[in-house]
Amino acid sequence: MAKLGELARLIRSKNAGPFELTFDIMFDDEAKFARVIESKALTPQVIAEIYRLPVAEVKFFIVPEALAVKASIPRPRFQGDLLDSDCHGGQQYAPLIDIEVA
Amino acid sequence: MSSGNGEVRVLSATGVCGSGFKETSLAAGMAKQPHFIGCDAGSTDPGPYSLGSGNTAFPSRAIKRDLRLMLLAARRAKVPLLIGSAGTAGGEPHLAKYRALVEEIAREERLAFPLALIHAEQEKAYLKRRLREGRIKPLKPAPAFDEGVIERSARIVGMMGEEPYLRALDGGAEVVIAGRSSDCAIFAGIPIRLGVAPGIAWHAAKILECGAAAVISRPSPDCMFATLHDDHFDLEPPDPALRCTPQSVAAHSLYENADPYRLVESSGVLDLTRARYAALDDRRVRVHGSAFERAATYTVKLEGAEQVGYQSIVIGSIRDPYIIRQLDSWAERLKARIAARVADVYAGDPAAEGYILNLRLYGKDGTMGPLEPVTRVASHEVCLVLEVTAASQEIATTILSMARHQAIHLPIPEWGGFITGVACLYSPAYLERGAVYRFCVNHVVEPDDPYEMFPIEYVNVA
Repeated sequence: MAKLGELARLIRSKNAGPFELTFDIMFDDEAKFARVIESKALTPQVIAEIYRLPVAEVKFFIVPEALAVKASIPRPRFQGDLLDSDCHGGQQYAPLIDIEVA
Repeated sequence: MSSGNGEVRVLSATGVCGSGFKETSLAAGMAKQPHFIGCDAGSTDPGPYSLGSGNTAFPSRAIKRDLRLMLLAARRAKVPLLIGSAGTAGGEPHLAKYRALVEEIAREERLAFPLALIHAEQEKAYLKRRLREGRIKPLKPAPAFDEGVIERSARIVGMMGEEPYLRALDGGAEVVIAGRSSDCAIFAGIPIRLGVAPGIAWHAAKILECGAAAVISRPSPDCMFATLHDDHFDLEPPDPALRCTPQSVAAHSLYENADPYRLVESSGVLDLTRARYAALDDRRVRVHGSAFERAATYTVKLEGAEQVGYQSIVIGSIRDPYIIRQLDSWAERLKARIAARVADVYAGDPAAEGYILNLRLYGKDGTMGPLEPVTRVASHEVCLVLEVTAASQEIATTILSMARHQAIHLPIPEWGGFITGVACLYSPAYLERGAVYRFCVNHVVEPDDPYEMFPIEYVNVA
């Protein structure tokens, strides 16, 4: 087992416009990328559980040419709204780091 | 303008005007004889404040530095300069600020040129009419939007496509400063007109609008250069120290997009499903296979901000481990006391109605709020931000001052006596943040044509 954070070159989150939040999980070699995909450690269901929303609201992409996995969700709070605490959406990825990969 | 030997060369100065680029990179890009220079100047990244207030996210001095270098390069080479989404949000005050800076630079540098300003701020009457006609449609997710929201909004802008830029150039402009614009539209129009396939032009534009962001490692914002052909384009960062790789370029389509394969524009959708990336050498990349599907209906995306009130905050911290170990109940007791105190002082006065108290606890869940999976507070200290938003600054600060007083002296069972349980950072403890805004629209308009929302004003800068 390894943690996703140990396998990825970069895990990041960012606004995709003011109303959506997007996560990029990027790898620097094909073996690690393939391991994560094949392990099924990172799926729309996993994202839905972590961010507590229906799986139907998770957009999920495997992007082989970039050696990346991408997921997008509706922003928990719209960017800059009174209860939002992350204007750029830049620090919402932390729970992904600890995902266990077989 | 003609594409000459069948290629179109485009120089992007940087990802956001005001964020900077190297002068040497701009010069290296100009040496490759671009057909035009483009630069995006906008972003929703700083949040709703720029759009709502009319201010720019980058300081004038930094914007002027970038504008001056771009104007000098474009005028010297006699090629068009296109700037989109002026002043962060691309509304009237933002466009006016850019116009003033351009005219100031022209005076200082003795430049003369025909300038076009393309307006993007929308009339409320126009939006209400289109809403009544059922020609404003929600995107997903969208806040509730009705005539009341339009009326209350501080400012709503439309995001123009490439068509108004081309019309401005046809009207004789050599420098175009546009209000809110699709980032890619700045770069896509001229290549399409010169014969580049729309899929190639829009994909190149998507990379160009972020300046040097598609390189493998970018120490600071910088220029990007693209050479577009009928069915492919080549990317080369002008700074010889920067490198593009197939992976870095492919990965760029992920950045700040919800969907890495389908990018929606006014006139259609850029489809990258079949885009392929190949290294020409260790720093240049060739891209082909990008497609563009024309939309059946032309749409213009709206961005709007409405003021939600005035805000005041107190920043403080807690070091007492007894308070930290009961933080949740401490916060609940505090909220109840504040509510009681506000009820005492305002005694039914409607002025205070609708105030919003937000208590942020850094070290616990300040960053992720209710989504924070870690429940245990492991830190020996916690940062507290007390935040009150109300109908006026005076009310916000009044309620906040009472909240601060309740917070610092809130008793806990462990101590028998009067305590001071919060360290306040500043004197005065409060900061008045002024008016605060929210994004109030995520919808598109279906206009009669690509121009009706974007009037062009021609100015002879002499």
